[in-house]
Amino acid sequence: MNDFATAFAHAFAMIGAFDPDLVSIVALSLQVSLSAVAIAALIGLPLGAAIALFRFPGVGMLAVLLNAMMSLPPVVVGLIVYLLISRAGPLGVLGLLFTPTAMIFAQVLLVMPIIAALTRQVVVDLWDEYGELLRSLGIGRGRTMATLLWDGRARVLSVVLAGLGRAMAEVGAVMIVGGNINHVTRVMTTTIALETSKGNLTLALGLGIVLLGISLLINGTIYAIGNAASRRGSL
Amino acid sequence: MSPTIFPLVLTDLAYGAGGHDLLKSISMEIQATGRTLILGPNGAGKSLLLRLCHGLLSPTAGRITWHEHSQDDAMGAQAMVFQRPVMLRRSVAGNVAYALAGRGVGRVDRHRRVAEVLRRTGLTAKAKLPARVLSGGEQQRLALARAWVVRPQVLFLDEPSANLDPAATRRIEDVILEIQASGTKIVMTTHDLGQARRLGEDILFLCGGRLVERKPAAAFFSGPESPEAVAFLAGQLTW
Repeated sequence: MNDFATAFAHAFAMIGAFDPDLVSIVALSLQVSLSAVAIAALIGLPLGAAIALFRFPGVGMLAVLLNAMMSLPPVVVGLIVYLLISRAGPLGVLGLLFTPTAMIFAQVLLVMPIIAALTRQVVVDLWDEYGELLRSLGIGRGRTMATLLWDGRARVLSVVLAGLGRAMAEVGAVMIVGGNINHVTRVMTTTIALETSKGNLTLALGLGIVLLGISLLINGTIYAIGNAASRRGSL
Repeated sequence: MSPTIFPLVLTDLAYGAGGHDLLKSISMEIQATGRTLILGPNGAGKSLLLRLCHGLLSPTAGRITWHEHSQDDAMGAQAMVFQRPVMLRRSVAGNVAYALAGRGVGRVDRHRRVAEVLRRTGLTAKAKLPARVLSGGEQQRLALARAWVVRPQVLFLDEPSANLDPAATRRIEDVILEIQASGTKIVMTTHDLGQARRLGEDILFLCGGRLVERKPAAAFFSGPESPEAVAFLAGQLTW
């Protein structure tokens, strides 16, 4: 019990002193997950809106598939990406295995379906309200998509942040394709897993506290956005 | 102004959904002048008829033709205001500007026209507020401004003051008269007899999905012919 308390004290001291190891791990985590979420949003937002608005062959299948992919196990995504980018894989020549780029790639696959599927629901709801007006105003397809994403911005932003939460918290995919190499591909979650098994609770706890803090920040932001939006009647 | 899309001609128009005939063999012609009021009890098919004329719905039988225009072309010269105003999640001015941007009006011209229509609907002081915090009456006036700003040849109004108090209703009616004075044909549904007497010039009386009677307002209110219209005017038509 005493060890536990000491570990906590040391962990807070590490955070307070901006320990270089801790800072570089946190920085890499943020770099990988923020990049992955940005790319996933660029693909997922228009894809979700298109599935919501347009009737094309296979659209129903695609919606079901995206919903199913929302709960993809990270280790499975990691395995698939590993097979794709390992030396013998189809993308092996790119030499991506055990790089941050590979980790971003895996997280995009993990987060994009979440963003697309949740965006589809946001756009469907808003279309119920806006549909007749936009058709009456003679708004074209592209502009309709842009309008619904923009007018649903409070909820769309929450969707993107939900994706970020998923990316920051997952450990399986980045562990497999990143390899957890010190100073290269070691992020918060993989470090916590490793250091805990080594018995080095100080660094693991320090990172755990930072991760919890980020998670709280993300969810607090989602809550604040929702609150501000409903005050302005724009939710 | 672009060439006229009138007259609007309906030929044996019918609309059904889920095995029910909601509108049955309606034939009529609507001209560019005067205020046409579609009157009738709840469930008569008034809103449906308006949506069909505007092109938001397609008839299951019969035809709708605008003078030498396809339905799609003609829609560009029309506007519609709905019973429950749809407010975009933007400012009051942003809502009006959006309608103009959709019609490809340039930025400078847009700004001027937005300011003018907000002034004429009494919303200038609220221009920067989020549209969705306005009161019900103000929201409906904003919906009218957004429709008016594109200078449509015809404005369809679906019970525009159904949920408003008498003062707000009066302001809405004033704006509607102004819109008409600026050269826009008004086609409007209502179940409010007082409103029909105040605004009506050309009355279409709908009941049970049929066009039961059509007359100039004065003649309709002083001497309705159909038993349905007689009962409706006497307040006895119950559904």
